[in-house]
Amino acid sequence: MSSLSKIIRKEVKELLTPATLIPIIIIAVLFGSLGGVFGGVEEQLAEPPKIAVINQDGGSMSLVAMAVFNATSEIVYNGTDVQEALNVLDDKGGVSLFIIPSNFTSDIENDTRGTIEIFWIMKGAGIMDSVPGAAADANLMYVDQAISATLINGNLSDNASLILNPTQYYETTLFKGKEMDGISPIAISSVMSSQSFVMPLIVMMVIIYAGSIVISSMGSEKENKTLETLLTMPVSRTSIVFGKLIGAALVGLLMAVIYMFGMSYYFDSLMGSSSIDLAEFGLTLSIVDYVLVGMSLFASLVFALALCMILGIFTKNYKAAQTMTMPVTFLAMIPMFVTMFTDVDTLPMMVRVLVLAIPFSHPMIAMRSLMFDDYALVLGGIVYTSAVALLTMFIAVTLFKKDILLTGKVSNSDKKSRYPIIALLQTITRKRKK
Amino acid sequence: MYAVEVKDLVKNYGSFQAVKGISFNVKEGEVFGLIGPNGAGKTTTLRILATLLEVTGGNIMIQGIDLREKPDQVRRVISYLPEDAGAYKHLKGREYLKFIAQFFAEGEEAEALVARGLEIANLGERIDDKVDTYSKGMARRLLVARALMIKPKLAILDELTSGLDVLNAQEIRRTVKSFASQGTTMLLSSHNMLEVELLCDRIALINDGMIVAEGTPAELKQRYDAQNIEEVFVKVVRK
Repeated sequence: MSSLSKIIRKEVKELLTPATLIPIIIIAVLFGSLGGVFGGVEEQLAEPPKIAVINQDGGSMSLVAMAVFNATSEIVYNGTDVQEALNVLDDKGGVSLFIIPSNFTSDIENDTRGTIEIFWIMKGAGIMDSVPGAAADANLMYVDQAISATLINGNLSDNASLILNPTQYYETTLFKGKEMDGISPIAISSVMSSQSFVMPLIVMMVIIYAGSIVISSMGSEKENKTLETLLTMPVSRTSIVFGKLIGAALVGLLMAVIYMFGMSYYFDSLMGSSSIDLAEFGLTLSIVDYVLVGMSLFASLVFALALCMILGIFTKNYKAAQTMTMPVTFLAMIPMFVTMFTDVDTLPMMVRVLVLAIPFSHPMIAMRSLMFDDYALVLGGIVYTSAVALLTMFIAVTLFKKDILLTGKVSNSDKKSRYPIIALLQTITRKRKK
Repeated sequence: MYAVEVKDLVKNYGSFQAVKGISFNVKEGEVFGLIGPNGAGKTTTLRILATLLEVTGGNIMIQGIDLREKPDQVRRVISYLPEDAGAYKHLKGREYLKFIAQFFAEGEEAEALVARGLEIANLGERIDDKVDTYSKGMARRLLVARALMIKPKLAILDELTSGLDVLNAQEIRRTVKSFASQGTTMLLSSHNMLEVELLCDRIALINDGMIVAEGTPAELKQRYDAQNIEEVFVKVVRK
């Protein structure tokens, strides 16, 4: 074996460790699942949207529209009662109710655009949630084309403007108990998408920045051999843990503020052309709401830092500390991707529970939830995240008093267990009981 | 009252027993040395006394304080200098001493501690340079200054002059001796038998987690019919 190959072999062996491999595998799995989600969207687009129709007209133009709806959509209700139609849509997962008013045909015949009244059932504000609505929206275009063709073929009008656009719509969107007149779900979710992206990104950046500060600080203390001195000073372990956590939290928040300025400027410039003001539709946050978002963010930050502190306890040096942030990063990436693309409310129950079990999910969904007055979810999230954060901090402080802080190893008896950390915590609990 | 009372101290790392029921006492103002081969249990014992490691079995009293019951109180009267200790590299020497002093005193009292630290470190103008520019000897002098400037009741010094040149080692030994004469109890470990003989009032030889001999350097030399402590060490360890 040549000298070069010996060195290459040594380098590969040194670099190709579980710590470097596992993150790459997880990233591949995450992107794989995203591919699955996008594949699912294509399938959704291929399926006809479920709609309800109330035809109060019965004239020739309304029959043309009905024919298009029949051909392009699955009509789950065809009757006369609006409330009944909405209930059926709700039951069957439908997306919209089209009401063709009694003057629809006569208006068109009299050179006036026929109005179709639409009730959109919006299930979530995520990008993916607007897909079924977009399919129903596209069918309206076919209605327009069919009526135009009828007008031309029957030589029923010489009004070019009417022939090109024979219908107009009056839209009402129903979402999380709110009835928003004159706006479509696509318009709402496009405006809300800035929040959908900004908040999860900020939460993730804060968590990663602040978390890596804590872990690196532990790695650095161990590598520079300053930890032992610190631990023999007349300072309680709790003060050391809290000092490190608060220091990292302050720096993390400062970084978040700087980051937020950049991102908000970026999204403002993107959204600058939007003429829709969500506040007009009651979608606005009060000071109390912002305080709740802050509390949610703070609680999840404390959890992240305490978790990083625990990981930092196991790190041996600065280099090892860098890879230790990976588990926290992944834990933050899962809700970030989920909340960016969909609404947690629209997820299957099992997946929803799993996503909400990750404390980082709560600040990511807090703004959107508060906009729709879902205080129970936000307050419950704050309580849950705070409880998990306190428990994690308790574990961090307890581990700070154990040999493992200096040895970086779980004792042999604990190692025999399949889950060494759990075994270590069981040992701590047993000792406390004694 | 003894400054340090260790009785039947046991330390297990899982199934491995590093310290096997050792007992020794250190009188106030005494310089007590723990010597032994690598892996004998010296550093483990010192780390336990410095409240860094948990005690598996036995009792330890430091300045009359039960270490297992009140480690926070013990930390107020001790100062620990690990073998391979480091200082915060982003700080200057003076800043490091100030950082440490503020945990023990405030205001003028803290300034007095720093002044004492500056005197012990004796780094001249280099005290205002960053720690990461220091040589090994300079860094060790800063750390010894950190450990002794607070005038602890008990100084625990692990491999006091490890890796230092003769001049730096001699200066540090002189400082330690001076503080011992002022009443600070010293508990140290060393592989340098000359250093042990020069510094220690009493010595305990530790081997395989057990104390195998204890006494003044003179007593030990006489007991083992040896010219110096190094000979005593070899005879005891090979026994």
